[in-house]
Amino acid sequence: MVIIVIYFAAVLAIGFYLKGQAETGEDFFLAGREMTAWIAGLSFLSANLGSLELMGWAAAAYQYGILAAHWYWIGAIPAMLFLGIVMMPFYYISKTHSVPGYLKLRFGEPSRALSAITFAFMTVLMSGINMYSMALVMKVVLGWDINFSIWVSSITVAIYVALGGLKSAIFNEVLQFVLIWLGALLIPILGLIEVGGWDNLQARIAQNLGSGDYTRLWSTLGSFTDNPMGIHWTGIVLGLGWVISFGYWTTDFLVVQRVLAAKDLRAAKMAPIIGAAFKMMVPFIVILPGLLGLALLPVKLSGEAAAVAAGGHSYNEVLPLMLARYCGPGLLGLGITALIAGFMSGMAGNVSAFSTVWTYDIYRALIRKKASDSHYVSMGRWCTIIGVLVSIGTAYLVMQFLSIMDYVQALFSFFIAPLFGTVILGMLWGRATPAGGFWGLLLGTVSSIAMWAWVKMDPSALSIIALSSNAKDMAENMYRALWSWIVCVVVTVGVSLITRPLPEKELVGLVYGCTEIPSEGHLRLSERPMFWAGIVFAAFVLLNVLFW
Amino acid sequence: MLHEKQQISIWYFIGILVLIYGVLILGAGVAELFAPLESPRVLAELHVGIWWGALLVIIGGIYVYFFRPGRAA
Repeated sequence: MVIIVIYFAAVLAIGFYLKGQAETGEDFFLAGREMTAWIAGLSFLSANLGSLELMGWAAAAYQYGILAAHWYWIGAIPAMLFLGIVMMPFYYISKTHSVPGYLKLRFGEPSRALSAITFAFMTVLMSGINMYSMALVMKVVLGWDINFSIWVSSITVAIYVALGGLKSAIFNEVLQFVLIWLGALLIPILGLIEVGGWDNLQARIAQNLGSGDYTRLWSTLGSFTDNPMGIHWTGIVLGLGWVISFGYWTTDFLVVQRVLAAKDLRAAKMAPIIGAAFKMMVPFIVILPGLLGLALLPVKLSGEAAAVAAGGHSYNEVLPLMLARYCGPGLLGLGITALIAGFMSGMAGNVSAFSTVWTYDIYRALIRKKASDSHYVSMGRWCTIIGVLVSIGTAYLVMQFLSIMDYVQALFSFFIAPLFGTVILGMLWGRATPAGGFWGLLLGTVSSIAMWAWVKMDPSALSIIALSSNAKDMAENMYRALWSWIVCVVVTVGVSLITRPLPEKELVGLVYGCTEIPSEGHLRLSERPMFWAGIVFAAFVLLNVLFW
Repeated sequence: MLHEKQQISIWYFIGILVLIYGVLILGAGVAELFAPLESPRVLAELHVGIWWGALLVIIGGIYVYFFRPGRAA
């Protein structure tokens, strides 16, 4: 308890310390654009490590085995490197405040409005879901009242982000990143000692489940029926590895905002590469504990609804259960602090991104176009608090309608996949027109929702959308994302070809081929982002081969 | 470290926090030696609290020393 109280005091102290350094819009919304590559990179990753990420993927590893690691490797690394090397120059050189802001520059106001509104909606929803899942853990592990957990952690986040803006969020995210590792690292270390190493872990899981499929990354993906996830390798490679992953890591403003705060273009390119290097290691503290739970826990975990009905433990509790298995007082406090830190970094990411998109892309663009910089900073501060309050409301909504949790991934894929189609065409294809961008984004999103509704009304449609009636939810999400991205790209290209292109001078700084990217020829090899991206990519390939 | 302005480095904040945590966890680990828990955790015989706490003290100490205010970056 003392450890948790000290943690809360520390994050608030950082917020108060940075209060005086967030006076202009650039300071508050972009942390003054003065972050080093390391700070921006760790914050970039930490904003993604919400409690859903930590506990949810440990739970997924318990359910689906090592296949869950795809979300950290092929589902992240290539996209993060692509962001750093290919896309970051356009985001950075255009000096945009946000991803919807880039769409405004490239495709005009309608595209910005559409993406800003859907992003704001998704952000507060995700924040509320994150909040609820954290409160649930506090209840299970510490016996805390859910309302107490929700309000105390949320108000803390609201205070430190409202005081210090993005800088405060970023600094706290770096602190939280360190705590997450220090608190969670013991589980895999002790788990491997107890089980007797990786080979024994595989043997124990095969013995417990009667199948060796839970510890193979690729070799079971030849057929929908050969693996615990009910997915084919095409879904993992094209749906996850291409559309969902590139969509999230390159266009979700929650993470991109951290990189926009970098001090120069080189730092902005290096930040996602540093983030990718650490992302590759996260399965060690998330996926491995899930697998260890499969091998070592004496109780069998089940889905949330079944666990509530039977009074047992759900998949989501695998990480806290493993923590409680090894850690006494003190260490348990550090582990719980790691989970709280994960929750708060995810929530701070959501509210700071929401505040920026609301202030710049909705309020300033559609409601009050000409106001002073200090007015917008003040709006940003209030928005942070309002965003937290709306998230709290969402958390209570989720509590009433637990089935919302089942639709999180689906909701996510509605907006992210088409947005990626629009942004990538905007950056790489100068012929894409404002009308093409808008209609591609709109119809891509509508088609995704329509496919989801079709399967809900007629389950037999699954064999068409996901190419197999054996596909599980995860697989359906992958394929739906892929189709909606294709719809977005086809519509954008089609409409662009029959509408008038923008003059080339309006594309400078926004599109490949029209923008001069500063050369890195004068840098030493070890200073070049491309060199480090190559090393990270080689490690990524090696890991996939090792666990094939 | 963070940037050019005279400002306390975030790594210094982190160092202080890790150092405090290290002392607390090390203390709890030592206390457990003399008064074992009623329901001991798995692998309690490894005394994880002691060596993990000591590791945190070392890491925290290094960060506090190298990123203390006033020390040239």
